[in-house]
Amino acid sequence: MIEPSITRDSADGHFLQIKNIVKTYDDVVAVNDVSLDIAKGDIFALLGASGSGKSTLLRMLAGFETPNSGQIILDGEDIVSLAPYRRPINMMFQSYALFPHMTVEQNIAYGLKQDRMPKSLIADKVVQMLRLVHMEKFAKRKPDQLSGGQRQRVALARSLAKSPKLLLLDEPMGALDKKLRNRMQLEVVDILESVGVTCVMVTHDQEEAMTMANRIAIMEEGRIVQAGTPRDIYEAPNSLQAAEFIGSMNLFRGEICVDAQDHAVIDSEECANKLYVSYGVTTAIEDKKVVFAVRPEKTLISREQPESEYNWCRGTVHDIAYLGGHSVYHIRLENGKILNSFMVNSDRFADAPTWEEQVYVYWSDDSGLVLRP
Amino acid sequence: MNKLIERLKLSTEHGKKWVIAVPTLWLVLFFALPFLIVLKIAFAEAEIAIPPYTALLSMADQAFDLHVYFGNFIFLTEDDLYLTAYLNSLEMAAISTFFCLLIGYPMAYFIARAKPSTQSILLLLILLPSWTSFLIRIYAWIGILKSNGVLNNVLMWTGVINEPLAILNTNIAVYIGIVYAYLPFMVLPLYSNLVKHDYSLIEASQDLGARRLQSFWHITFPLSRNGIVAGSMLVFIPVVGEYVIPELLGGTNSIVIGKVLWQEFFNNRDWPLASALALIMLLILMVPIHFFRKHQEKEWESDK
Repeated sequence: MIEPSITRDSADGHFLQIKNIVKTYDDVVAVNDVSLDIAKGDIFALLGASGSGKSTLLRMLAGFETPNSGQIILDGEDIVSLAPYRRPINMMFQSYALFPHMTVEQNIAYGLKQDRMPKSLIADKVVQMLRLVHMEKFAKRKPDQLSGGQRQRVALARSLAKSPKLLLLDEPMGALDKKLRNRMQLEVVDILESVGVTCVMVTHDQEEAMTMANRIAIMEEGRIVQAGTPRDIYEAPNSLQAAEFIGSMNLFRGEICVDAQDHAVIDSEECANKLYVSYGVTTAIEDKKVVFAVRPEKTLISREQPESEYNWCRGTVHDIAYLGGHSVYHIRLENGKILNSFMVNSDRFADAPTWEEQVYVYWSDDSGLVLRP
Repeated sequence: MNKLIERLKLSTEHGKKWVIAVPTLWLVLFFALPFLIVLKIAFAEAEIAIPPYTALLSMADQAFDLHVYFGNFIFLTEDDLYLTAYLNSLEMAAISTFFCLLIGYPMAYFIARAKPSTQSILLLLILLPSWTSFLIRIYAWIGILKSNGVLNNVLMWTGVINEPLAILNTNIAVYIGIVYAYLPFMVLPLYSNLVKHDYSLIEASQDLGARRLQSFWHITFPLSRNGIVAGSMLVFIPVVGEYVIPELLGGTNSIVIGKVLWQEFFNNRDWPLASALALIMLLILMVPIHFFRKHQEKEWESDK
């Protein structure tokens, strides 16, 4: 990793260790040598596009798929060879998979019955779970008499009823509409934290991953691109792939021309001025080609020419997307390159730059990142 | 513009009527009318004439005579033969349905779980035999089951038995024939129910600690109830009135309602009694038919 010094939650032990997992279907490699360490109490998100192997990995944790090689160690025990019904793991399915012929109560009690828990204990536990997800009033309803959000609560209660060591969430918000999604994200996290269960979730929605998880792994083509806290991944992506996957980036291709202990300077044909990064980049002489990246919200716009020697260029406003809370400016540089800049609309009717106006785009010395192409 | 819409609406209204008219006409001609004729004959007296029963309405002495005769129904209760025949038929239908379910359920289950390309081949194999004549297929079973038939020859040749088994002309042969002939009626509705099942429910069940067999009994089986009811009714209802299979494969002692009907109608030429027999059979069958319809409605609703 190039970027130093961003703190990370200290992992207390290795509760769930995924070691060198490989899964192939015929000649397609779905999961390619993935290793992850997940701490107790973590809410860990596997983030990736469809086909990235994230769901396959989740299904291997649940026991529905068997890896070709590798180990999955949960709380000191290798569970790869355990059948799904023997694993101390429960899953909330994307479609919830509630049993349509059973009431809410019976759905929640199903797992406990399989364990042959005494009836009175089951009843207590069901009431406790219903209370946890605020569904006491709906105990006697069938799943088709519930709304999407209510079904999700039942599904969550069912998967938590057996107090699993590990909870798996498969696209937990996938079946909900946008508004409900935002509410349920926070509510589900509250519930998970109150129970204190370790959780691995799969999602393709970066906002969802960042809202819900305290650790994220980005998957692409069966590999982990980067794992870390949401902040790590956003502010210190370790590769172009990771940087482009989360949020957007303004990128400049160039070569390192100054390589000092505490800073580096990059010469790029795509920017009129040199680019400065405020940390040292160790680089070999033959490996000078890099990509300089800066986030749009750190890319600022001004009508006056910045005084700095570095990190600015001139352009015209090409397009403005007014989104209410902020606006996205598309600035066309003289060489035709388009940069994005987010401007917070803190004044109601500010005198902001408008279409075809000439502006300067700049950013502070510690905003930029150096990535390998 | 509005007028045009009005006219279009009117024409679609007419169109709907026409679309319904064809099946309605069909039902009136080939179901309602024959049924009314049977109803009429059931309340007539047998006589040696052409047709061999008394008229319902007759004109004599400048008066309409309405002749409604209940004797046939009373006669049905007086002779044990008919009660035995009804009960035998119901028993035969129930046992056949049970065996069809026992054999058909696993078949439907594995077809529904097979790859989509394999599924269509397997379904074709289920349907293929019904492309040949029903009668020929039943005659073929005579060739298989008779004492010097294929089955006995193979069993004796392999040394499993020393003497030929007497299967033909027994109830066992009738059951074999019925289960064979009606199996597709069980498999197809079950298949169309099972193929719609969401596999994630089974995974959820396993995830919650149930093994495969438990998952089947707790999840798949209850969810396929509508398919079971549909298949069972499609077997049970026609088997109650089945005539050909007991006649060809069964012995003389297998008294079922279909055979009794035939004897009354053709051997005794007692059309009124035969009609009364048929009416009672219909009344008995109303119960499962009603049951079937209610379930069918539920199935459609759950599809929505």
